[in-house]
Amino acid sequence: MPVIEVTSLHKRYGDLVAVDDVSFTVAEGEIFGVLGPNGAGKTTTVECVAGLRVPDGGGVSVLGLDPRRDAAQLRQRVGVQLQESQLPDQLRVAEALDLYASFYRDPADPAHLIDTLGLGDKRNTAYKKLSGGQKQRLSIALALVGNPRVAILDELTTGLDPQSRRDTWTLIEQVRDSGVTIVLVTHFMEEAERLCDRVAVIDRGRVVALDSPAGLVSTVAPEQRIRFRPSASMDDRLLTDLPEVTAVQRTGSQVVVTGTGDVLHAVTSVLARNQIVAADLRLEQSTLDDAFVELTGRRPAE
Amino acid sequence: MHAFGQILKIETRLFLRDFGSPLTTVVLPLALLVVFGLIPAGRQPEEQFGDLSFIQYFAPSLLVITLAMSAVNILPTVLATYRERGVLRRLATTPASPAALLAAQLVISLATILVSAVLLIVVGRLAFDVPLPRRPLGFTLALVLGTAALLALGLLVAAVARTAKSAQGLAVPLFMAVMFFGGVYVPRFLLPDFLVRIGDYTPPGVQALLDAWTGTSPHPLHLGIMAVVALAAGATASKLFRWE
Ligand SMILES: Nc1ncnc2c1ncn2[C@@H]1O[C@H](COP(=O)(O)OP(=O)(O)OP(=O)(O)O)[C@@H](O)[C@H]1O
Ligand SMILES: [Mg+2]
Repeated sequence: MPVIEVTSLHKRYGDLVAVDDVSFTVAEGEIFGVLGPNGAGKTTTVECVAGLRVPDGGGVSVLGLDPRRDAAQLRQRVGVQLQESQLPDQLRVAEALDLYASFYRDPADPAHLIDTLGLGDKRNTAYKKLSGGQKQRLSIALALVGNPRVAILDELTTGLDPQSRRDTWTLIEQVRDSGVTIVLVTHFMEEAERLCDRVAVIDRGRVVALDSPAGLVSTVAPEQRIRFRPSASMDDRLLTDLPEVTAVQRTGSQVVVTGTGDVLHAVTSVLARNQIVAADLRLEQSTLDDAFVELTGRRPAE
Repeated sequence: MHAFGQILKIETRLFLRDFGSPLTTVVLPLALLVVFGLIPAGRQPEEQFGDLSFIQYFAPSLLVITLAMSAVNILPTVLATYRERGVLRRLATTPASPAALLAAQLVISLATILVSAVLLIVVGRLAFDVPLPRRPLGFTLALVLGTAALLALGLLVAAVARTAKSAQGLAVPLFMAVMFFGGVYVPRFLLPDFLVRIGDYTPPGVQALLDAWTGTSPHPLHLGIMAVVALAAGATASKLFRWE
């Protein structure tokens, strides 16, 4: 049975349709990514899953519970990191974690969590005096302090420096390895590629693609690009005749071959047979970035 | 209940940590009592105060400072700030309810008012011969109803205001009106009669407090108005209050 089941979710704010029709399921122990341009309806979707917003249509079930009807049970088992949520200025890091830990039946050890998130030397610092990234890490800690079965993390690493981002990824992998199911809203394709088992791309309130990151790339943007400088002059037809090659372009002394499948092997074999050495050979594969642009017509926001 | 206790503990700590709050609600009125009490003339019975001394006459107004500060200034500002910054929403994702945070704020307000009232009464009695409230029951009733009316108004401000800024924009004039009609800025014997009469019916009802303190039973109409304000403002606030 899936841990999260969303069927034909619909949510409006007045006349504005924020979520038109969104369906997906998340299996136990999965890290499920939600991608999409600004205003696509990601936050609204996950807030409906968390029971913070009442859907106007469709159904949501989390751990077999109805987020509204079984709110009390759900809150014990679901940890949420909201995209925009602060704490009182004068509240200190350790106080916040101890307080939130006290709400749960079986909380994590706050001191341990503080150390894991690199806030050890900030435990007595007031919220107001934390840097943006430290606030974000505290927010992640608060979402995890209840030892949740499901963690919903909206913009997990926004505002973190590259090192903290990687540390957070490692933490999230550890959390998942302990059996927690994770829903992750993110604008970072690298993050989605690294962490997510599957991703849903949402655009204008609808799911436009749902697959593993690699699956998305290979179906939506399967092209690969090979660049090299041939050691001798060569006829482009050598390459265009290959079934794997879709196009050959020249820029100066450089040849750019676009193709699909095992195009690299095909190209290097044909060059070898003709005693041509490919200097400065580079293979550019499509990334989730390309797939995202292909799907939504927009660059992923930073 | 456990969560409420923890929230109350933390919110109390935050209240004390931001020491402007205890300073203006408890220390300031008490300091004014001491200052006026140390002036010998302040302790002499005067005919214009109906044979009360000035500090006896002014003590209820000192209590108004606490009430106004706590109920219509600090309470709505804190609540609106918590809402605007998503503190209430974050709490809504946990097993604790944001209502527990609101309740904790109310308890802190009530406790502040109680502490300040007790301090003013006890210090006034011990140091400056201000008699204890002569009508304890009437005084308690006047204080409870006056407090309820002001807290309800404070909650109404928190409910109507969308942002912390607009909460302050509404709270400050209300606060100043309560202080003015409570005789804090200008002692009431210096005010024209019609302003004093308006003050009788302005929460928290300084005249009812003065009457009960000095031995007249508080006027039922004065008390009734406080009850009506408390109910009307409280009901409207609970209807309009938003957690996000
Ligand atoms: N409380 C609200 N009231 C009215 N409209 C809202 C509210 N919250 C969101 N919206 C609107 O709903 C749409 C979807 O918003 P949502 O926050 O779900 O987007 P998102 O995908 O999370 O965007 P982002 O990447 O910028 O966080 C947007 O057009 C937004 O303006
Ligand atoms: Mg969002």
